[in-house]
Amino acid sequence: MSPSVPLQEMIRAIRSARTQCEERGVIQRECAAIRAQFRQADNGGRSHNLAKLLYVHMLGYPAHFGQMECVRMIASPRYSEKRVGYLGAMMLLDEKQDASLLITNSIKNDLSNSNQYIQSLALCTLACMGSAEMCRDLAPEIDRLLRASNSYIKKKAALCAVHIVRKVHDLGELFTKAALNSSCCEYYFQFISYCFWFSFTVPDLVQIMKGLVISGYSPDHDVAGISDPFLQVRILRLLRILGRNNEAASDAMNDLLAQVATNTDSTKTVGNAVLYETVLTVLDIKSESGLRVLAVNILGRFLLNNDRNIRYIAMTSLQKIVGTDHNAVQRHRGTIVDCLKDQDASVKRRALELSLALVSASNIRSMMKELLSFLSSCPPELRSQTASGIFNAAERYAPSQRWHIDTILHVLTTAGGDVRDETVPNLIQLITNTSELHCYTVHKLYRALLSDISQQPLVQVACWCIGEYGDLLLTGECQETEPVQVTEDYVLDVLETVLQSHMSSPSTRGFALTATMKLSTRIRSIVSIYGSCIDVELQQRAVEYNALFKKYDHMRAAVLERMPVIEKNSQGHTNGETIKESQTVKVKPGEPQQPANQVQDLLDLLGGLEPTPITPGLTFTYTHNELQKQETGRDF
Amino acid sequence: MIKAILIFNNHGKPRLIRFYQYFAEDMQQQIIRETFHLVSKRDDNVCNFLEGGSLIGGSDYKLIYRHYATLYFVFCVDSSESELGILDLIQVFVETLDKCFENVCELDLIFHMDKVHYILQEVVMGGMVLETNMNEIVAQVEVQNRMEKSELCNQN
Repeated sequence: MSPSVPLQEMIRAIRSARTQCEERGVIQRECAAIRAQFRQADNGGRSHNLAKLLYVHMLGYPAHFGQMECVRMIASPRYSEKRVGYLGAMMLLDEKQDASLLITNSIKNDLSNSNQYIQSLALCTLACMGSAEMCRDLAPEIDRLLRASNSYIKKKAALCAVHIVRKVHDLGELFTKAALNSSCCEYYFQFISYCFWFSFTVPDLVQIMKGLVISGYSPDHDVAGISDPFLQVRILRLLRILGRNNEAASDAMNDLLAQVATNTDSTKTVGNAVLYETVLTVLDIKSESGLRVLAVNILGRFLLNNDRNIRYIAMTSLQKIVGTDHNAVQRHRGTIVDCLKDQDASVKRRALELSLALVSASNIRSMMKELLSFLSSCPPELRSQTASGIFNAAERYAPSQRWHIDTILHVLTTAGGDVRDETVPNLIQLITNTSELHCYTVHKLYRALLSDISQQPLVQVACWCIGEYGDLLLTGECQETEPVQVTEDYVLDVLETVLQSHMSSPSTRGFALTATMKLSTRIRSIVSIYGSCIDVELQQRAVEYNALFKKYDHMRAAVLERMPVIEKNSQGHTNGETIKESQTVKVKPGEPQQPANQVQDLLDLLGGLEPTPITPGLTFTYTHNELQKQETGRDF
Repeated sequence: MIKAILIFNNHGKPRLIRFYQYFAEDMQQQIIRETFHLVSKRDDNVCNFLEGGSLIGGSDYKLIYRHYATLYFVFCVDSSESELGILDLIQVFVETLDKCFENVCELDLIFHMDKVHYILQEVVMGGMVLETNMNEIVAQVEVQNRMEKSELCNQN
């Protein structure tokens, strides 16, 4: 193993470094030594140095100073140096570097070398990092090699030709003539797909394929009892490309595909690979319906396979055809929904996409149950996809408005943080449209708000609804859900909590604020309703409160303040002419507009009455000349 | 097309990296780190196909990996490659390494990184699968090693 000994010593030295810093030091020393050696003239250890440099490059350290050395080594006559040089070129050079153009000539010479391994090195490098100009220059050489008799070189030349055609599409025609002349080299197939006029070779391919499937146990190419599965897979893939939009070609392959599908042994992975390829081909070309059903059944069998890999690829394929063969895929819905509960994240993702695609009007309720339970247990990266999928499905197939609203609310409570921004306006629009469910909705939202205010979209919608339909909340009756004892205080408390919570975003606070303002007018409208009530007492209070809103709005805040603590007094104090009050009050009649601080004194004047909340129970008016009259007239 | 082949150990140290598409050096290291991060989180009995990996390029690409003892073999492929085929290919590659190095272990990969590259060159070329027959690959690699050795002997 002599060429690599210096490399191994360096690797040992690097590995023995105990810290990152030590390692960097070792590498820097080595790189300096390598750079110095590169600058020297020809010496025997050039290949070792480049190998060392490539190792260092793999670890992530800069190695660009080795590029020119690569170019020099490629030009060297010695095989060992060429080998490392080409490897270095593939790792360090790319088409953007100028140095890559310098190796074009070396590659050209090496492509005509008598030693096939040197030719193969050159081909490999060209296939990996050949730029468009290099490809154009060297295309004739590759063409010549394609016609060579050596199969080793032919294969490599074919793959190199694929790379060239990928880079420079026009050169495809140059190579197809060579491809047609040779027989049974599977690697031409890839670049044949770039040229489009090959329907007459379908029978040839069918012939080859039949040979592989029916006859022949060839020990060289056999893998686990199936003759040359890689070739079969390649041919199937080419058939797929050829038959894609081509009726005639598809007809020619139908029998063959049916034969492969039924005869291939699916107990081993290799057999499954061939079957999978067959299924993909059948689904892609214009096959007859019986064949398609067969293909979907094979996929269904794959879904039940114990191996997770097989289930994954089955779902990937079903995803592609769920648009066109919807009914066929529906038959396997149960299995797919079961895969939602699988532990594997990749399988879950596939199952989710497929389940969302399979939702239809007939199965919406059961599917939604499954999807909602999945949402509560799914990994976080799939949450927003699930939520938006559920919303779309609910929008399209909701069996009833109430179910729709329920579903959306469920999603908001479970995964509120992951829904998209437009969900909130959409939901609000939906709620406004279903006027008969306003009461139900607002009750539900209120309850949700009581339990949890961290989910922003939910809080926003709830605040909005309380603001709009808060009166329904207060009336307390609702047929569809149990009524809850709600007073204005509770409602306002909830809104205030939302406003003050640090979890609320600015937009949520905006919603809460607007709701609070709206409630004030709702409450006002309740109050004004009672302005025409039969009960005189209620009527008087309602009218007076309304006046408070209208004409004396500036005093409303102070008037409606909380009652001060009531002191117990030995005598009855209904008159208000207690010692305390007469000390504080200096009421001047004829001053209709009192500034706020003196309104405080007014309150004191009237404050010696029993404490009640700010609801009917205490009446006082502001016409000051009547003030005393009112007091004395009242007897509690 | 295979976009990249990465071999790293259970701690994320790269043992072999091969990109078939140009990426800048720091990008390459970032891709290795991200891939390791994605692959190491996986349980042993889940499927071998991973999606996600935004750095290596978009929704068309998948990571197909296999975990052998202390090493992860990760192939990053696009949708034109068959997933099961690539899984088989990883197996073929590892068996080839086993034959070439006689009971290969991680140390072999560490100390003979260049040899592993030469073997890989016989299996995958330009991002496409070249040869899948293990005996064929091993034969070609032996011939080339012999050539190199004889050249050295002549020189000395």
